Amino acid sequence: MTLMTATLRPSASACPACVAAPAAEALASRDLPRDAHIVLSLPTIHCAACMSTVERALQADPRVRSARVNLTMKRVAIEASPDLTAEDVIPVVEGAGYEAHELDATALGATATDRAGRDLLMRLAVAGFAAMNVMLLSVAVWSGAEGETRDMFHWISAVIVLPAVAFSAQPFFRNAWMALKARQLNMDVPISLAIGLAIVTSLYETALSGEHAYFDAAIALTFFLLTGRYLDHRTRSVARSAAEELAALEVPRAFRVTDTGEEQVPVAVLRIGDLIRVRPGGRMPVDGEITDGTSELDRSLLTGETLPVLAEPGRAVGAGEVNLTGPLTIRASAVGRDTSLARMADLVAIAESGRSRYTSLADRAAKLYAPGVHILSALAFVGWLVYSGDLRVALNIAAAVLIITCPCALGLAVPAVTTAASGRLFRKGLLIKDATALERLAQVDTVVFDKTGTLTAGIPELVGLDAFTTADLSVARALSEGSNHPLSRALTAAIRSADIPRAQVTDLREIPGYGTEGLWRGQPVRLGRAAWVRATPTHQTATWLRVGDGDPQPFLFTDRLREGAAEAVAALQSQGLTVVLLSGDTPGAVESLARRLDIAQWMAEALPADKAARVQALTDAGARVLMVGDGLNDTAALTAAHASISPASALDAARVASDIVLLGQSLAPIPEALNTARKAVKRIRENFTIATWYNVIAVPLAVAGLCSPLIAALAMSSSSITVSLNALRLR
Amino acid sequence: MNILTYLIPISLVLGGLGLAFFVFTLRANQYEDPEGDARRILSGDYDDRPKQD
Repeated sequence: MTLMTATLRPSASACPACVAAPAAEALASRDLPRDAHIVLSLPTIHCAACMSTVERALQADPRVRSARVNLTMKRVAIEASPDLTAEDVIPVVEGAGYEAHELDATALGATATDRAGRDLLMRLAVAGFAAMNVMLLSVAVWSGAEGETRDMFHWISAVIVLPAVAFSAQPFFRNAWMALKARQLNMDVPISLAIGLAIVTSLYETALSGEHAYFDAAIALTFFLLTGRYLDHRTRSVARSAAEELAALEVPRAFRVTDTGEEQVPVAVLRIGDLIRVRPGGRMPVDGEITDGTSELDRSLLTGETLPVLAEPGRAVGAGEVNLTGPLTIRASAVGRDTSLARMADLVAIAESGRSRYTSLADRAAKLYAPGVHILSALAFVGWLVYSGDLRVALNIAAAVLIITCPCALGLAVPAVTTAASGRLFRKGLLIKDATALERLAQVDTVVFDKTGTLTAGIPELVGLDAFTTADLSVARALSEGSNHPLSRALTAAIRSADIPRAQVTDLREIPGYGTEGLWRGQPVRLGRAAWVRATPTHQTATWLRVGDGDPQPFLFTDRLREGAAEAVAALQSQGLTVVLLSGDTPGAVESLARRLDIAQWMAEALPADKAARVQALTDAGARVLMVGDGLNDTAALTAAHASISPASALDAARVASDIVLLGQSLAPIPEALNTARKAVKRIRENFTIATWYNVIAVPLAVAGLCSPLIAALAMSSSSITVSLNALRLR
Repeated sequence: MNILTYLIPISLVLGGLGLAFFVFTLRANQYEDPEGDARRILSGDYDDRPKQD
């Protein structure tokens, strides 16, 4: 307490802790090392038991100060002592039975404090409070309060509504002003005009102790419209935060080789000429040339090839390629925006400029609607002014027309449906990134799939185990168990499941980039690349076994189908959609997959530009194309398509280019997504029809001067509520 | 009708209390994890370390 007195300011005396806390924080940050703040993504967490399991598992570690699961975001935030890193805690969570990925805490900064959302919610609360109180007073007026009582009720309403509208309706006023400054009309112009005119005429009427005041309408209007805005904002921010989360999943780090050893640095600080160590399983952070080590490279994400290529000193590598077996040292030749990875972005930019700008249903409705409303109310004003010659009556009628036509239901029609639909799709494992993606998805009639990594899981699977003798298989098992290469792992798994014991192989050693060798019954045995065992390579993915001086024998592999791929393709075809397969892989591999999935149209050895051109050609022929792809070679095609989906395992660039991201492993939700999208668009159209019918009934009344504030309130509330309920049918 | 002199201020004050309470919940970050909070209340174990900020 003595510490505080020095910093205590008079204004803060009510809350000593408020001052003490920052002071203590400042002290802590000066003297002690900062606490580690780790955020993990937990995609599979779903229940109350999961939360306590994860939290308890983490808190069992004495270094963890606190762990808090956020089930809505599917994340856990960990405060821990400074020496704890994400690599230490991920096994703990995985040990508890949940998948966990590190998130880049700085990339998530924006989502933590969603200021705009809070601001809208606050305005919504104020508008709701005012609307409730004013409605109470209005009910009294509608049920026949007269004379001074009515005037007093009107004045009290005015006192509540004026400040409430001044605060709550600011977003509308601001947007309308921006639009007018740019000499344009948007939805906010008629809204602001209606609210403003309703308040002005009501004040005028009240001052003359008139019968009709529209204070309740002005505030109810603000409330309903803010609800629509808030829903809209929430859908967007959920999508944005999830997209940020996907971006944060790729923590870009590299190991730079210096004179003193290796150091871990962010990819952004790498310079040309730097030596970089890439471990097996790691991805090339930059373009470069191999200076040391041999290994194999998986280029499937860049080119769609499934066959790993040999990596040896002197060979050029591109950013994004994955190192498979041995450690490599590369000298950077291009970094950042100059890498082949970034050059791919140029292709995307070209495709983007060719993409027709899609106007959403709401925009099209607004374009028809905004001028119509102004003309209608101006006509009513002029008509009544000429007919009755009374400015007060004419102004009242014009205000009534604006209030009745005000797009409450229209403002709710789209956000309510998209909120419900995206919520439903999110539970099925699809993340909608773009506001108009649902509408575009609903129009799709052709689906183009990429092969490697999209229809297939990118995991090899052995075929034809029966062609080998048990002796050969036991030797192969001994050799393959000594290596971490994907083909070896697939081979081990296949032989192990056939219950064939391991042979006694001695002197086992792995030669990175080539294979494993050893001694078996006195003769050398080798398992590895074709050239290394002196065999002629095949087109199909294979690893070769050679025992002594015998003929080399190939173990052939196919790429395993992704979960749900066959079902998704069949379901899409039964919905009457055309399914096309475009791949950068060899014709043999593509054809066998196309036959397996019963896809009639396929194209192999497609370069990134070919894919985009093919999609463009389909579009020019009148098709609405949905592109599903994951690789860098797909990004241009993803952008060129009418709508696009990529799996979460895709590279960052591909996910950025697509409208929708599949969060799970399975492709099965895609047909379901198309159904939901079609249903959503149907509901949006229904909502527009409902809103129009309310207008068609109420507008003639308003123009005829028969519309009382009671009718205005009824029309407005009931249309908004019907529209919301109709949207909720989607869930 | 004199009763109105009491009733109207009372209704306004009650509504204002509701608004103030809502603003408090908003400031206290009670809308950050609606789904998790809804389930935590049903879980058997005591929430030893509720979220502080």
